[in-house]
Amino acid sequence: MPLSRLGALLLLAPSILLLVFVFLGPIGWFLVGSFAELGSLAEIWEETRAVVGSRAVALAIANTNWIALQVTFFVLLIGYPLAYALNRARGLAFSLIIIAIVLPYFTSVIVRTYAWMVILGRNGIINQMLLGLGIVSEPLELMYNRLGVVIGMTYVLLPYMVLTLYAAMKAVDPRLLQAAEGMGASRLGVFLRVFLPLTMHGVIAGSLIVFILAIGFFVTPALMGGPSDIMIAMLIEREIELTQNWPVAAMMTVVLLVVTLVLYAIYARFTGGRTGFAR
Amino acid sequence: MQAGSAAVVLETVTKRYGADTVVDAVSVSIAQGEFFTLLGPSGSGKTTTLNMLAGFAEPDGGRVLLAGRDVTRAAPRERGLGMVFQNYAIFPHLDTFENVAFPLRVKKAPKREVETRVADALAMVKLTGFERRYARQLSGGQQQRVALARAIVAHPSVVLMDEPLGALDKNLRYHMQVEIKEIQRRLGMTVVYVTHDQEEALTMSDRIAIMNGGRIVQMGPPRDVYEAPENAFVGRFLGEANLIPARRDGLAVASEGGALLESAHGSLGAEGGFLFVRPEKVAVAPEAGTAPGGPNRIAGRVRFAGFLGNVLRYEVDTDQAGSLIADLVNGPGAVLHAAGDTVVLSWSREDCRLLPG
Amino acid sequence: MSGSPLRRTLERALVVLICAGLLAPILVVIIASFSGDGYLKFPPETFSLRWYERFLGDQRWRTAILNSVVVAAMTCVLATFLGFIAAYAMMRAGFRGKQVLAALLLTPLIVPHVVTAIAIYYISAPLGLIGFRPWVAIAHTVVALPVVLVILQSAMQTVDPNFERAAMVFGCTRFGVFRRVVLPLALPGVVSAALFAFLTSFDEVVIALFLSGIRGETLPVRIWNSLHLEVEPTIAAVSTLLIAVTVVALLIDYLVRRDRAATSGR
Repeated sequence: MPLSRLGALLLLAPSILLLVFVFLGPIGWFLVGSFAELGSLAEIWEETRAVVGSRAVALAIANTNWIALQVTFFVLLIGYPLAYALNRARGLAFSLIIIAIVLPYFTSVIVRTYAWMVILGRNGIINQMLLGLGIVSEPLELMYNRLGVVIGMTYVLLPYMVLTLYAAMKAVDPRLLQAAEGMGASRLGVFLRVFLPLTMHGVIAGSLIVFILAIGFFVTPALMGGPSDIMIAMLIEREIELTQNWPVAAMMTVVLLVVTLVLYAIYARFTGGRTGFAR
Repeated sequence: MQAGSAAVVLETVTKRYGADTVVDAVSVSIAQGEFFTLLGPSGSGKTTTLNMLAGFAEPDGGRVLLAGRDVTRAAPRERGLGMVFQNYAIFPHLDTFENVAFPLRVKKAPKREVETRVADALAMVKLTGFERRYARQLSGGQQQRVALARAIVAHPSVVLMDEPLGALDKNLRYHMQVEIKEIQRRLGMTVVYVTHDQEEALTMSDRIAIMNGGRIVQMGPPRDVYEAPENAFVGRFLGEANLIPARRDGLAVASEGGALLESAHGSLGAEGGFLFVRPEKVAVAPEAGTAPGGPNRIAGRVRFAGFLGNVLRYEVDTDQAGSLIADLVNGPGAVLHAAGDTVVLSWSREDCRLLPG
Repeated sequence: MSGSPLRRTLERALVVLICAGLLAPILVVIIASFSGDGYLKFPPETFSLRWYERFLGDQRWRTAILNSVVVAAMTCVLATFLGFIAAYAMMRAGFRGKQVLAALLLTPLIVPHVVTAIAIYYISAPLGLIGFRPWVAIAHTVVALPVVLVILQSAMQTVDPNFERAAMVFGCTRFGVFRRVVLPLALPGVVSAALFAFLTSFDEVVIALFLSGIRGETLPVRIWNSLHLEVEPTIAAVSTLLIAVTVVALLIDYLVRRDRAATSGR
């Protein structure tokens, strides 16, 4: 029973209003209002060039990209075998792997970050073990540096990759693999020539989504990073929390938003508009 | 149109989707207690017509009357209809009893009344004892019965059926046809039935309207539309038919290949048309035994002899009228022909009909 | 499709290792929360509930629990309601720009929460809305709505349009169709959606950090604020509570789905 145009509009109106007044509107208003503080368009342009070209911002952008790339790489490295195992597991093994993925996935980011702080800290489990075994004489710096950020973010973003890859792998017809084996391909050959190409779109989609989420990440790098691991989202937050410098925050927001939306557009085109993740 | 006595009246009802006219000025008057079938290929407009009758689609022109009341713009719930849906639409979250009780629950009927009426309806469709089963625990035929019971439980005067037997296998289908027909007679219901299956339409209907391209191309009792089609589409759609392209030749009629044809019914215009004859009206005789000449006699060679059980079917290639089909009842003394045999096909002038092209 | 036994053992070991690595941090937090030691040490030498006493005995933590529950409950109701009617409209209505709208409704998942948080903060500070819990809930609804929509749109795929037609023929109003047919059929999806909307808000840090102020401080914000000071075991107890809420939500979701699969067979 199709809905009338008016009926549909009425049902969609609350969601649209929410989106406009509490999401799109505020973002637009924040950007316009912040830039307007700087004066004329020429002044805005000058100031923006100065800020975006500054060392601090350039460094944050470089950090952000480099960290996001590293995280994407490690997430893929761990996520692919895990998704592969999930795709082949049945019964109890399947349930256990699913729990290992889903439970962290739906646990608060701050709890997951805190957990790694407990593990990696100066008095954390790893250091205590290493000290206790006499392997090291003083605690290793596993946190408040780049290593901590990459470990923490890899952990937090892993489920997005695994679930995307799993969906791609599940769609592969097992008969194709049997056919390839039947034609005399080795196990490695089947994997490289058939399975990997057939799941490559999952690899790309998963990498894109992890990268997109990584460049906007805030909680984990802010808590686990060192002074030289400033990412762009942290810089935006600091400009506001510490110096109330709205125009500079707005400029970096534009940079972050544009990159995010462009990558998302590629992702959306790539996946045909379906989102394989729900969080 | 006598709106007073008719249960359902459609007056030049029209529906357009964009530039497409899906239903084009359809007018029908259905009497109380009549079993009326809309028959047509998919895309002919029969389902859209039913939807306008049910209130799921609003006509762009014309009127819909139920028992004399104009319901053209009324919501479905204001029409007091019963309906059986194509895939039954049995609510999966309710058991059989609650499914059948649904129309009564919505009306907030008293508990006592609900119980007796549901029991009656289930007895009528022979499903007593299945009250607590869910749809997934029922066979296709049983689901069909639940849908039927739900359609009749509130004693609607008009019941709509949208290809209700489409999902059943052939044997069950025939069985259900008979049962639906019996229930309809017993309750004196008016049924508007939509199907694309001509056999089903012929078996059940009091009257059939054949639709094509959004229009009713012919309407009448099953026997009339089967034996006296008014155009080639109807002839072809209602079962097997031989349509021999024909033209006027002076006062006589001849096939394109020059065979002399004669019919007691219909006539051809200057532009020519077809001679229509059903395969079962065509006699097949060995060539040698019959005298040549005369109208409606065509010699040919059997290309294919098919055994359909109760019927023997011959596909015969002729020089004068192309390929023709003849059905012979597989009765006592039926003469068998084999592929390659030369035969003569013939039929009487009473059994064929001239149709415009 | 089986390699040599050694290879299979190695493959299994790798998977077990990864899964252990995924679950270990959560187990570590839970175990640490029951420590009886005076500072964070793992594995704990003694066990006690002292950190839970510290946590629940603290007025500020208790307020944070209340704030979190209130905000998450409001988000849950609001997001589920808005998402339900919107998902229905998206399913049954055809209009131009539907694809664009669908994509737009999902963007809060993609836009970094920092950006969303700062933008909402920018407009709410002058209006005095900081610390106002319903406002935090409305902001959380922005990020919970896409989650609800994704779940409900897939749940509503099971509602055959003929079910609705049947309900209408048999006397239901539009609202009656909703109540008697659409809602019961989509119910497992609605429960799922409500649970995940609740979790989204209950676990959310960044938006709450900007909007909740001191008055409305939620549990994750309170954790954030204390983590800047020290990594104390009290937070392990708080984290365990958050994990427990997640586990309960996932469990209910699992049970509802299983139950539904058993009764409707669809």
